[in-house]
Amino acid sequence: MNAVIVENIIKTYGKKKEVTALNDISFDVSQGELFGIIGPDGAGKTSLFRILTTLLLADSGKAMVDGYDVVKDYKAIRKRVGYMPGRFSLYPDLSVEENLNFFATIFNTSIKENYDLIKHIYVQIEPFKDRKAGKLSGGMKQKLALSCALIHRPSVLFLDEPTTGVDAVSRKEFWEMLKTLKEQGITILVSTPYMDEAGLCDRVALIQNGKILSINTPRGIVDSFSKPLWAVKSSRMLPLLKELLQEDFVEDAYPFGEFHHVVMKDQSDEPLLRQFIEDHNNDSAVLQAARPDIEDCFIALMKN
Amino acid sequence: MKRRFPLSIFNFQFFAFVKKEFFHIWRDKRTMFILLGMPVVQIVIFGYALTNEVKNANIAILDNSKDAATASLTTQLDASRYFALEKNIVTYKQIEEEFRKGKIKLAIVFPQHFGEDLQHFNKAQVQIIADAADPNTANQLANYATAIISDYQDRVTNDRRLPYTIDTEMRMLYNPQLKGAFNFVPGVMAMVLLLVCTMMTAITIVKEKEMGTMEVMLVSPMRPQMVVIAKAVPYLLLSTINITSILLLSVFALELPINGSLALLGFESILFTLVSLSLGLLISARAASQQTAMFISLVALFLPTIMLSGFMFPVENMPLPLRIISNIVPAKWYYSIVKSVMIKGLGIAGVWKETLILAGMMTFFLTMAIKRFKIRLA
Repeated sequence: MNAVIVENIIKTYGKKKEVTALNDISFDVSQGELFGIIGPDGAGKTSLFRILTTLLLADSGKAMVDGYDVVKDYKAIRKRVGYMPGRFSLYPDLSVEENLNFFATIFNTSIKENYDLIKHIYVQIEPFKDRKAGKLSGGMKQKLALSCALIHRPSVLFLDEPTTGVDAVSRKEFWEMLKTLKEQGITILVSTPYMDEAGLCDRVALIQNGKILSINTPRGIVDSFSKPLWAVKSSRMLPLLKELLQEDFVEDAYPFGEFHHVVMKDQSDEPLLRQFIEDHNNDSAVLQAARPDIEDCFIALMKN
Repeated sequence: MKRRFPLSIFNFQFFAFVKKEFFHIWRDKRTMFILLGMPVVQIVIFGYALTNEVKNANIAILDNSKDAATASLTTQLDASRYFALEKNIVTYKQIEEEFRKGKIKLAIVFPQHFGEDLQHFNKAQVQIIADAADPNTANQLANYATAIISDYQDRVTNDRRLPYTIDTEMRMLYNPQLKGAFNFVPGVMAMVLLLVCTMMTAITIVKEKEMGTMEVMLVSPMRPQMVVIAKAVPYLLLSTINITSILLLSVFALELPINGSLALLGFESILFTLVSLSLGLLISARAASQQTAMFISLVALFLPTIMLSGFMFPVENMPLPLRIISNIVPAKWYYSIVKSVMIKGLGIAGVWKETLILAGMMTFFLTMAIKRFKIRLA
């Protein structure tokens, strides 16, 4: 059975519906899956999450969460999903323990009842349980928010950009926690603007301007990148990029870390690229083959 | 599994919510201090500083007669608590100069032969000149002066029989000393309760929207009516403390009597508190930001309460449209109830109409607040 079913969801904002946040979105998430929604800011991730958590009504389309309709059965859904908004949304003037206790009680449960589920997360912030939530560090706030979203043992967990604004170590820890939760059988939908996090999901949907560009496993998305990809570097990066884009054999070129990634139109054009680099040799240019990752795929899909 | 009462609002969720609200108030010490200190400060300020009673107004006397009668009258005027003799002047022209300088509020002119005329012709004249730039004060001062003078006349004519006299005898019912406190304590009570309850509750739900906590709370089994009512409980308690401190202060510091039943006064005050709370919750359920909520409570509630409740300006003297509008100001009814119960000592039989109106208002606002509570974000 699918934990989440989204069918042709359209959501617009403004009096004349001039802003389209979600443009005919459809996808399914199966039970126990860790599903990533990857896209830049303004792609429509938050709108989608708010529709699925019954906070917003879609203009048209249908969505089911855990077998319940998001419009008709919103009360049932609110009892069984966990939601962690993108912005820190706990009470800063309540302590860590008071926040957790409050959310446990309004879901008619107690910390004790579901402690096993949050234990591996909560033990990390338990030493600070008397500290006010507003005085926690960014990473600790996320852990507390996740504990609060989990305290009633939800069947589906919605995490809206949980790692935005969190340091690299905490981000890694956070994804470790999600893996542990997945083992408990909880379906997790997580959105993120970071392409490198896509590889940690079971399946991802790449979303841009309210449209889904592709839904696949991270592996499948990378494999679908069929064109040859090269990485080049020289001492004059900016002119190099401009010149590359003017070449006929180059499909696309864009900065990628310390390199420029060059997408070739055809495998057979390799000598042309080598010749091009040869001409730039006085700028100590470097050319090497590159393995595409999600970001390359995203850029390629965006261009189409 | 433990059995709970999903339909009742009085369950664990409700108490957890109320507890959380108490934490919010308790931990914001500055706001709490203002909420509890404000009524005390207001009562003290209104009681001792801001008053429209006239005390020790400066007067000047132009005595052209200089006899025993004028000397005696001058002493009596100066001795009264309303007047203080600023200056004895000698020419008529000086009077205007003194008024212009703003030194005096009232001038009294005795003509030549004042005492003689009084003795021989049974009739004498005295002129009272008041600074009517402030008409109310001028009127009051002139009346006080007249009263003192006629008092003197009574004593002079005591042993003689006048052919015809009408004695007017005044009794100031309920407030024999004409204390201003009788008027402003009920007004301050209405104002403080409205401020604490309406403004604070108006802000409280909106604050959760702004902080984003509403978003999390909506995705939970919490019922709207539970959220709304739980928000009101702590402020109800806070208001009870305020009502108590206002009453204690007015009885012991301002020596105001509570002529009616204290229980009835308490009941009516709690009823008015509930009206204010419901109104605040209604504003809160609709307003999008804390500023909007504050603005609405100030403009739409606070000002009408001061202007139209009868506390500052008598409603009876207003033009018809304002008199009609004043009926929808809850404070007007409460103000009238407090005056009736506290000062006149009336029982429920005397205020049942006002009580019913307040109860109706409360039901209406609370129902609207719960109905209008948004179960989604937009």
